[in-house]
Amino acid sequence: MENDHGGELGPLRMDDPWRDATGGGAWVPEQQGPARPQESVEERPPDGRAAAYLEVQDSAAFREVRSRYRRFAFPMTAAFLVWYLLYLVAATAAPRLMAHRVAGELNVAMVAGLAQFASTFLLTWAYARHARVRRDRIALDLRWSLATRTGQERVR
Amino acid sequence: MNGGGPLLAQAAGERHGLAIVLFTVFVTATLAITAWAGRRRSSTVEFFAGGRLFTPLENGFALAGDYMSAASFLGISGLIALFGYDGLLYSVGFLVAWLLVLMLVAELVRNCGRYTFADVLAARMRRRPVRIAAGTASVTVSILYLVAQMVGAGSLVGVLLGGSDSGAARTWTVVGVGALMVFYVSFGGMRATTWIQIVKTVLLIGGTVALTVMVLARFHGDFGRLLNTAAANSGHGQAFLAPGLKYGGSWTNRLDFISLGLALVLGTAGLPHILSRFYTVPTARSARRSVVWAIGLIGAFYLMTIVLGFGAAAVVGTGKVHASNEAGNTAVPLLAEALGGGQGTTGGTVLFAVVGAVAFATILAVVAGITLSSSASVAHDLYATWRRKRAAARDEPPAEEGESERREVRVARLAAVGVGAVAIALSLLAQDQNVAFLVGLAFAVAASANLPALLYSLFWRRFTTRGAVWSIYGGLVPALLLVVFSPVMSGRPDALLPGVDFHVFPLENPGLVSVPLGFLAGWLGTVTSHEPADEATYAETEVRSLTGAGAA
Repeated sequence: MENDHGGELGPLRMDDPWRDATGGGAWVPEQQGPARPQESVEERPPDGRAAAYLEVQDSAAFREVRSRYRRFAFPMTAAFLVWYLLYLVAATAAPRLMAHRVAGELNVAMVAGLAQFASTFLLTWAYARHARVRRDRIALDLRWSLATRTGQERVR
Repeated sequence: MNGGGPLLAQAAGERHGLAIVLFTVFVTATLAITAWAGRRRSSTVEFFAGGRLFTPLENGFALAGDYMSAASFLGISGLIALFGYDGLLYSVGFLVAWLLVLMLVAELVRNCGRYTFADVLAARMRRRPVRIAAGTASVTVSILYLVAQMVGAGSLVGVLLGGSDSGAARTWTVVGVGALMVFYVSFGGMRATTWIQIVKTVLLIGGTVALTVMVLARFHGDFGRLLNTAAANSGHGQAFLAPGLKYGGSWTNRLDFISLGLALVLGTAGLPHILSRFYTVPTARSARRSVVWAIGLIGAFYLMTIVLGFGAAAVVGTGKVHASNEAGNTAVPLLAEALGGGQGTTGGTVLFAVVGAVAFATILAVVAGITLSSSASVAHDLYATWRRKRAAARDEPPAEEGESERREVRVARLAAVGVGAVAIALSLLAQDQNVAFLVGLAFAVAASANLPALLYSLFWRRFTTRGAVWSIYGGLVPALLLVVFSPVMSGRPDALLPGVDFHVFPLENPGLVSVPLGFLAGWLGTVTSHEPADEATYAETEVRSLTGAGAA
C-alpha cells in the first residue's frame, strides 16, 4: 500500500480504528472544541487549511483511494442502471418475450425480476467488501494525517 | 396527546376492537420513547442527528423503517394481487435504487455534511442561494410525500373498518396521525424518531415473515404451485405471471411506467429524510454498513411482498380483492384473515387486526421521519440562512454558537408544527382525491432537483454556485409544472380537477423529462457561470468525502 504519510502516523494506528473512533475522545468533535462558526465559503478558510487539502488531494495516497473508489463505483453504477433500464424497457415494451417459459412455472420475467434482487444483493456485498479491503485503511491514514496537520482539531 | 387510540375507537365499532388495542399499545410505546428521548439537552446534534452515535444495525433498521411505507406493505402486495407481475416491477425499482445510495451517496454525504444534504452543497458554493434552493426542494419533496402517506392513512381506516367508510373517521385519522407525528418530532427529535422507526421495522418485518411462512406452508413450500394457483384464481391465466396487465396497452401508458421506474431508481438517493439518516452514525463506514443492513431488510421485505401478493391472488382471489378495494389495498388484510381461518373466526380476526395495526404503525413512523427532515431543512437551511442575512444587514456580531444552536432547535420544533399543519390541511383537502401519484411525484422531484446537484457537487470539479442553483430549480420547476399540465390534474374523470381540461403533457409521472432537465440545467448553469469553481473548496470536498477528514 502506497502511503506517503505513513511514517508519521505509525503510533496512532490501531487494529480497528473506526470502531474506536466511535467511542469518544478526540473523535467526537461535537462535544468539544472551541466554538466556531459553521462551515462557509464566504468566510475564507485559513490558507494553511486550504493548502493542506490541496496538497492531500494531489498526494499519491489520496489519488490511489480516489481511483480505487471510482474504478469500482462508477462502472458498477453504470452497469446496474443499464441492467435495470433494460429490464424496465423489456417489461413494458416486450411483454411477450418476458412471458416465455424457461423452467417449470418460471418465465423470463420472473427469472429477470428475481435476478434483479440477486444482483442487488451481490453488488451490495461486493461494494462493501471492496471498500473495506481496498479503501478504508488508506482513507483513515489520510484522515489522521490531515487531523495532525490541521492541528488535531475539528476542521470546520 | 394520546389521541390516536380513542379517535380510532370511536369509529371502529366492535369488530376491530383488537386492532385498536394493538395500535394503542404501539402509540403508547412510541409516546414513552418520545418522552424518554425528550429529556435530553436540545443541541442541534441531538435534535437533528440523535447524538450521532447510533450503530449501523440500528440505523439500518431505521433507514428501512423510513423507506418501507404502508404503500409498500399494502400497496405493492395489492398491485401484485390485482395485476400479477406488473406489481412486482415496483418493488424491483424501489430496491435497486439503494445501490445508488450505497455506492455514490451514503458515505460521501456522511463525510461532507452535518444535518441536511444542503450542507454538502454549501461546503463548496456560496451558501445563501444553494441553501435556499436545496431547502425549498427538500420541503417540497417532504410535503408531497407526507400528503400521500396521510391520505393513505385516512383511506386505510375506511378500508380496515370494512365498508363503514365514514368521512368523520378518515378526517380524525388524518388529524390524529398528523398530531402524533408533530408530537414525536418536536419533543423527541431524531433520537425518538429513530427508535420509533426501529420498533416499526421490527413489527413490520415480523408480521411479514409470519404471513409469508403461513402462505408458503399452505402451498407446502412449493413456489411454483403458489404461482399456478394465483394465475388460476386471478381470472387472467398465465398472463398474470407476465408483465402487461397494468402497464401494457397504449405506448403512453408504457412510457409512463418507464418514467415512474426512472424516478423510483434515481429518487431514493435524493430523498431528504433518507439522506439525513446518515448523520446519525459516527463515520462513513457506519453509514455504509447501515445501508448494507437496510438493503438486506428492504430486499427481504420486497421478496416477501411478492409471496404475499401472489398469495392473496391464490388464497383470496383477485376478484374478491378488487371487490373489496379497487386499488388492492385490502389484499394483505384479507389474506391474513383467510390464513387465520376466514371471516368471523378468532384466528382470522386476530390476524386481520395485527395487519391493520402494523400498517398504522408503518404510516405513523414514516410520516414522523419525513416531518423531522423537513423541519431540519426549514431550520438549518432556510431559517439559518435568513437569520445570517439579517444579522449581516444589521451589522450585528455573529451569535454565540450555543445560542444560535438553541435557536435553530427551537425553530425546528416550531417548523415541525408548521409542516404538520400544512400537511394536515392539504391531506384533508385531498382526502377524496386519487393521490397515489404523489409518491411517484415525490420521487421524481427528488431525482430531478436534489440528485443532480448532489452528484455534480460531489464529483464535478468545475461545478459552480450557479450550476447548483440552476440544477435544483431546473429539476423542481419542470417536475411540478409537468404534473400541473398532466392528466392527473385535468382532462380525466379521476383527475383532481375533473371539470376542466388543460392537460398538454401525456404522462402522469414527469421523471422521464424532468430528471434529464435537472442534469442539463446544472451543466448549463455551470458552463455559463462567470465565476470559476473554487479549486480549494473542491479539494476539500473531495478529500473529505473520501477520507472523512474533519467530518462532523
